[in-house]
Amino acid sequence: MQALYAQLLVGLINGSFYALLSLGLAVIFGMLNIINFAHGALYMMGAFVAYFLLSLGGINYWWALLIAPVIVGIFGMILERTMLQWLTGLDHLYGLLLTFGIALIVQGVFQNYFGSSGLPYAIPDQLKGGMNLGFMFLPVYRGWVVIFSLVVCIATWFLIEKTRLGAYLRAATENPTLVRAFGVNVPRMITLTYGLGVGLAALAGVLSAPINQVRPLMGADLIIVVFAVVVIGGMGSIMGSIITGFALGVIEGLTKYFYPEASNTVVFVLMVLVLLVKPTGLTGRAA
Amino acid sequence: MKTTSIASLLLTTALTFAATAVASAQDKTVKIGALSDQSGLYADLGGPGSTLAAQMAVEDSGLAAKGWKIDIISGDHQNKPDIGTAIARQWFDVDKVDIIVDVPNSGVALAVNNVVKEKNGVYINSGAATSDLTNAQCSPNTVHWTYDTYMLAHTTGQALVKAGGDSWFFLTADYAFGAALERDTSAVVTANGGKVIGGVKHPLNTPDFSSFLLQAQSSKAKIIGLANAGGDTTNTIKQAAEFGIGKGGQKLAALLLFLTDVKAIGLETAQGLNFTETFYWDMNDQTRAFSKRFGEKMKNGAMPTMVQAGVYAGVRHYLKALEALGGNPHDGVKIVEKMKSMPTEDELFGKGEIQPNGRTIHNAYLFEVKKPSESKGPWDFYKLVGTVPGDQAFTPLSESKCALLKK
Repeated sequence: MQALYAQLLVGLINGSFYALLSLGLAVIFGMLNIINFAHGALYMMGAFVAYFLLSLGGINYWWALLIAPVIVGIFGMILERTMLQWLTGLDHLYGLLLTFGIALIVQGVFQNYFGSSGLPYAIPDQLKGGMNLGFMFLPVYRGWVVIFSLVVCIATWFLIEKTRLGAYLRAATENPTLVRAFGVNVPRMITLTYGLGVGLAALAGVLSAPINQVRPLMGADLIIVVFAVVVIGGMGSIMGSIITGFALGVIEGLTKYFYPEASNTVVFVLMVLVLLVKPTGLTGRAA
Repeated sequence: MKTTSIASLLLTTALTFAATAVASAQDKTVKIGALSDQSGLYADLGGPGSTLAAQMAVEDSGLAAKGWKIDIISGDHQNKPDIGTAIARQWFDVDKVDIIVDVPNSGVALAVNNVVKEKNGVYINSGAATSDLTNAQCSPNTVHWTYDTYMLAHTTGQALVKAGGDSWFFLTADYAFGAALERDTSAVVTANGGKVIGGVKHPLNTPDFSSFLLQAQSSKAKIIGLANAGGDTTNTIKQAAEFGIGKGGQKLAALLLFLTDVKAIGLETAQGLNFTETFYWDMNDQTRAFSKRFGEKMKNGAMPTMVQAGVYAGVRHYLKALEALGGNPHDGVKIVEKMKSMPTEDELFGKGEIQPNGRTIHNAYLFEVKKPSESKGPWDFYKLVGTVPGDQAFTPLSESKCALLKK
């Protein structure tokens, strides 16, 4: 029984990454209608920027949490301005192909320079060590990841669903012409939104750097699962992707306990089951 | 009638042999295929570095100056047996490759082993670990260089059991390599009076090991044996440190650890780990000289791993055999027989031999990862703890199940 609690908690930790990443995807899909396949590569860039900040500039983890998402976010906005904006109104397929291509190029460049086995990034001193919870030894850093991602997820949800800015955003996706007539600069808002989604991915990357190796393929390994999360949760639904992210982390953790060989595939089995019953995903609205 | 037909048969045979002899004396072209994981979790320990090692072997052989034409092509098997065999088939059928080298990933290696035998090519495996390549699935076309699961189990495994680690829990990569390493190590553990109290199989290329580590932790085993490799091992070691394994009295046994893995983990976390390799760049003047040349050609100045060193040594020996034959007969079995008949000797592994089952025998070394304060440079990682002579490190021929030995 104790082991089960431990697995639930570990699942929640992995779920934090799924939630942060699928949240960014949901924001981008909801506002720009782009299936952002470059999300994994941007997540990887977040981890690499944190590594560079530390090794080249001596800038620590806490600053990296702030600076890396901004740097990668700006990179994302440049992508949006130079390439993605021309896809407005076209079929989803074009966005998917373009972002997939971008992901391959970014990963290829990093792999060419840094190899595949990755670079070490130490856990910050303040978060080293762990607590004995009775049923498991919880590394402090992992506890921090869960709490921090929950806060970020809720803040993002609040920003989009409950604030005036969020209301503009949602209105702009429904009817850009009308919103523009009210004097809102819609293209700039879209660019900033893409930057926000990308920044969330980079933030997840920084969070993951001390746990996983900083590797060029770290995003590629994760992105397929995250897409499954988004599809299960319902494309474009903010709350849906947060909840599904955490829930799937837990389910995957339990699979690792009861039948570890299936832990890489359980998410896809679930996806098939959910889509058979509800093709729009758990919380998705019919298109 | 009968005698004439026998006579004509003999004559034809004799003529054919004479023709082959003439052809082989003249044919001095060789094509080498370096088949590796070029982009995945084993790419740094083999991959482009293995292709470079093969190129350096060709250059150092000096055969070009003697009129030989030797080409190298490389391929990415992506750790998938079907892709590996498809490339191997195309190389033999279309590109007329003579020899396949490297092939990390035991699953792919065993599959390619069958193709090479069927096409009568030569196969010098350096990257894969499974001892089955020279045991149950041995082939007259295959030479297994560098290391194998039997050797890892009988060096690292045995040393740890003798040092008091008598209860084991395995974290095993769920494919041919993990299964072979767990099997061979379990045998050593039980033979030395220890016992295996559990284990968990994880999928290849797993980013998060926390669930598995928790199971290992709650098993209370003294030793957590890592029957995985490359990126999986680095992630396990890093995350084990995070979960306080080690401080809680349990010891990690990295049964297979490469130079590039230590680089990726960082000395801070990796210090004190014991493991076995058959090559380290900083062993002597010759290995340092080779590694320096190698590093200058690598993008990030990386020193060679034992897998890459094995590719170099294997190709050197292969070319020596071809030279001794006076040309390339394009007959895998014949070339491998020649390779087995000659003692091996090179700058990287020293003196050795290839046994009839295809296993190359050379020394194995027990290493310990240095503390950060002991390291003097970017690749200065290992302390030599002990040397195991080749005849004790590898499967004794009396125990080998290889069919080639039952003649």
